[in-house]
Amino acid sequence: MIDVKNLSKSFGDHLVLSGIDQHIYPGEKVVIIGPSGSGKSTFLRCLNLLETPSAGTITFEGTVITDPKVNIDQIRQRMGMVFQHFNLFPNMTIRKNITLAPVRTGLMKQEEADAAASALLERVGLTDKAEAYPNQLSGGQKQRVAIVRALAMKPKVMLFDEPTSALDPEMVGEVLEVMKDLAREGMTMVVVTHEMGFAREVGSRVLFMDGGGVVEENTPQELFSAPKSERLRSFLAKVL
Amino acid sequence: MEAFWAGFAQKFTMAFITGDRWKLYLKGMGTTLELTACALIIGVVLGVLVAVIRSAHDQQRPGKRNFALGAVNLLCKLYTTVIRGTPMLVQLLIWGYVIFKSSRNRFFVGMLGLGINSGAYVAEIVRGGLMSVDIGQSEAGRSLGLNYMDTMRFIVIPQAFKNILPALGNEFIVLFKDTSLVSYVGAAEVLYYANAVGSKTYEYMFPLIGAAVMYLVFCIVLTWLQGKLERRLRESDRR
Repeated sequence: MIDVKNLSKSFGDHLVLSGIDQHIYPGEKVVIIGPSGSGKSTFLRCLNLLETPSAGTITFEGTVITDPKVNIDQIRQRMGMVFQHFNLFPNMTIRKNITLAPVRTGLMKQEEADAAASALLERVGLTDKAEAYPNQLSGGQKQRVAIVRALAMKPKVMLFDEPTSALDPEMVGEVLEVMKDLAREGMTMVVVTHEMGFAREVGSRVLFMDGGGVVEENTPQELFSAPKSERLRSFLAKVL
Repeated sequence: MEAFWAGFAQKFTMAFITGDRWKLYLKGMGTTLELTACALIIGVVLGVLVAVIRSAHDQQRPGKRNFALGAVNLLCKLYTTVIRGTPMLVQLLIWGYVIFKSSRNRFFVGMLGLGINSGAYVAEIVRGGLMSVDIGQSEAGRSLGLNYMDTMRFIVIPQAFKNILPALGNEFIVLFKDTSLVSYVGAAEVLYYANAVGSKTYEYMFPLIGAAVMYLVFCIVLTWLQGKLERRLRESDRR
């Protein structure tokens, strides 16, 4: 589904990603873990070109999206993204947050989008917040809205950039619950997270990144119980 | 003492009452307000346009440089540099006595000069406002597949607007007062009539103070309206 070849990214002289090769298959739940500064967020942001790779190619459903001639807006319509800081639009109601993109990109008419928004909000238990503004919501509620806002575009793949890192501990659960639901429905997901429990439970493959490359990858069972590299062992010793 | 007051009253009468001269000041103030409104519209349209072009240029993806955009951006930079680097009065005189020296429509000349001047300042204000909106907002918009223009229009500009309202209000008030310079190119606004009355009666104190009071009153009203609008926008934050 997403094919990454020899992906490198540098900010000035600082090499953040060096020559990553990865393939993400339909229905896969790829969880990316690693210490801060390991390049995991940059890698994720390269997948929908929020960061422009310095070298290498990314192919999404047969389209080479790193080609400058590609209409990136159309590609992004099929790739949902959830951010660490939610990034809801504070100047709009929750309903408008969800319906803006489907309506403006011509995916749905306003009525259809409104109906879709109601259904999505019901799914995450926030029906009564449709007319509220983002500032009236708790962090967990905001992130649940951010997830359904991305889902409203009916994406083929969902990218999560540390979705629970900015939340109060007691709100982490409700967001992970929504993500687990999504995983059960078969959504292809790429998740950057520090939630090892989530990685173990939901991930079909876990990538451990450090120093701008993938150091080790495996099924969560193998990766957590039998880490091969010294770097992963010391990382797991600190976080588990 | 009595003679002083008599002279006072006589000068006052001469400045405002004789020949219904007070109507001239009102007429002039009408023109001043029209000038302000027209110049404001030109300034805001130009300013937003220039600001959007300049931030679009600065936010291009590396490796996807658009040559045309680069050229327009350079033009915009030239515009803000020249306009902000030269005095308003000099610009107005160039508009009035060089570029449009044969035009009879002095209102139009003044409006153009003011609007184009204001646009350069508004552009910088708006650009600052656009940059003040968290980058995550436009990233979220773009990640949903919205194009650059839609992201600006629905997400970034509405939020930037609230941030720049105080600066924009100040610019508006400055613009309102700067319309007085337009009397130099012969547009018939308040100062023009005050001058005319003064030169006719050889008595400038009352006409000029009268004009000053009119400016002051309108500035106070504008400042009050600005404060009210800001308070209203702030309230929507806490909804």
